[in-house]
Amino acid sequence: MWQRIHAIFIARNREFYRDRAGLGWNIIMPFVLVFGFAFIFSGEPQALFKIGVLGEARSGSPVMQLQHVQLVHYADEQAALQKVQRHQVDLLLDLRSDPRYWVNLHSQKGYFAEKLLLDTYQRAGGLPPQRESVAGRALRYVDWVLPGILAMNMMFSCFWGVGWVIVRYRKNGVLRRLQATPLSAFEFLSAQILSRMLVVIGATLIVYLGADLMLDFVMHGSYLTLFLVFVAGGLCLISMGLIIASRIKTEELADGLLNLLSWPMMLLSGVWFSMDGTSEVAQFLSALMPLTYLVDASRAVMIDGAGLVELLPQIGLMTGIGLTLLAIAAYLFRWD
Amino acid sequence: MPIHIQAIDLEKQFPGVRAVDGISFEVTRGSCFGLLGPNGAGKTTTLEMLEGISQPTSGQILYQGGSLDRSYRELIGIQFQSTALQDFQTVREALTMFASLYRNTANIDELIQLCRLEEILDRDTRKLSGGQRQRLLLAIALVNDPQLVFLDEPTTGLDPQARRNFWGLIENVLRRGKTVVLTTHYMEEAQQLCDYIVIVDKGRIIARGTPDDLVDEHLAPFVVRLPIHALPAGTTIPATAEERNGFIEIFTDDSEQAVMQLQALQADLHELKVEKPNLEDLFLQLTGHGLRN
Repeated sequence: MWQRIHAIFIARNREFYRDRAGLGWNIIMPFVLVFGFAFIFSGEPQALFKIGVLGEARSGSPVMQLQHVQLVHYADEQAALQKVQRHQVDLLLDLRSDPRYWVNLHSQKGYFAEKLLLDTYQRAGGLPPQRESVAGRALRYVDWVLPGILAMNMMFSCFWGVGWVIVRYRKNGVLRRLQATPLSAFEFLSAQILSRMLVVIGATLIVYLGADLMLDFVMHGSYLTLFLVFVAGGLCLISMGLIIASRIKTEELADGLLNLLSWPMMLLSGVWFSMDGTSEVAQFLSALMPLTYLVDASRAVMIDGAGLVELLPQIGLMTGIGLTLLAIAAYLFRWD
Repeated sequence: MPIHIQAIDLEKQFPGVRAVDGISFEVTRGSCFGLLGPNGAGKTTTLEMLEGISQPTSGQILYQGGSLDRSYRELIGIQFQSTALQDFQTVREALTMFASLYRNTANIDELIQLCRLEEILDRDTRKLSGGQRQRLLLAIALVNDPQLVFLDEPTTGLDPQARRNFWGLIENVLRRGKTVVLTTHYMEEAQQLCDYIVIVDKGRIIARGTPDDLVDEHLAPFVVRLPIHALPAGTTIPATAEERNGFIEIFTDDSEQAVMQLQALQADLHELKVEKPNLEDLFLQLTGHGLRN
């Protein structure tokens, strides 16, 4: 069995690395995205203030009178404080008992958000909330967005590198030829997964090293944990591509379905912007998308320094989804 | 000769179409068995069932007297009518990859020699000519040293020279004692290679036997052919003759009398031919249309 898997694995790898145009595009595209966003967001941040809120504001509360401010509700105090430390939220207001707030002493926007908050309370004639302070280095957008771009690039590579390729194999008769050999569907699919995993991890490593060299982004966690996150995420995304490829016979339909799957994930998985403060529907949809878990787990490792134990639920979930989808894909798979 | 593979009352039903309708035959070990028929006759469907690629709706296939099981794919070789290989592979790599899929493999160097692949071993498989490609596909079909080889229209699309070269390869395969099941559009090919022929039409067998026996059994010993334009304008074609593809043809036991009959019509006999009927004639006689129609 391993000999057969190895033979198909090698043949698929050859197809990838000898296709210079495809190989180049797989490496270049994420660099273009990273540098594009680094350039676009290199200027002053947007003028809108973002204030985190713990608890609910009662009617008549001065908070309700704040204008030109986005209020983002948090349930977890520690997670919200971390966002203040990283300048992702300008100020955190706790309304669960006597009002108090945290502001980052090094944040310009935090300074102005504080003035606005105190002025609003003063105008309303209420007691000003109690002040707490935190400190922390601002997180550049590129630091924040890079894990998302790595994950998104993995998604495209997994979907098209497996889903589209297998449909092409089916259409041009490669699968039919392989079906006439002792190769089983399980062996064929395993070889595709292993080959794509190697490609995805290899390409991600190259992009990671290149971006690190030029952008010096943050990485607070362990490389092993990040590797395991990527492997679990890769398995999950490859299996999704296999589901699409299990029976479809035309590349056009496969292309359409892969786009249908990838675009919502790209927009709603928090790749480009935080899902904090978005509608409940958007957050619900985001929670259904495997890419969300890959993006969040990657950010947790790189930005927050989360450890393996902390991320076991996400890694386990992605692996579980991946294996379940793989079993379904193997069951649905047709050679012709 | 022992029976290598046997089809018993095979039927294949697709939605709205009975592609194969009760076909039975036996293929003896070491022979070349030809499955002929016009497009849509059911020969590829029959072949796919024999190959184990598709399951019959009813009926049975016996390999050396036993049912087909998972090990069957280790024992047979298949060259499909149309197939593709993974991109960016050389001929050598493609052969090695397919060899890795089997427990038992042929000697690759001998195979390369047998299929005359020496010159193209390092060439990308996408850059092969039609003949080179078919030679590679034959080598792949033989890579597990099978005793039973299925060749589905292996020379379709090849020029006459490449086709004849390929026949030489098949003859070499047969000389090694292998059993070949062949479908083809070319009657000349079947006549040259096949020991036994089954002609199918509309999913049923309409004739079977050795090429010579079939022709002798169904057709007169001679066919007299004359281009239609050799007859004077307005001449009524004799009742014993048939018009086909711009010729009039008279199948007869007495060729001299047929010639005299044409002479009496004042036909120009410069292009007249008297031949022994062949499988093409038989096929037209039995099915009413040519193989490639």
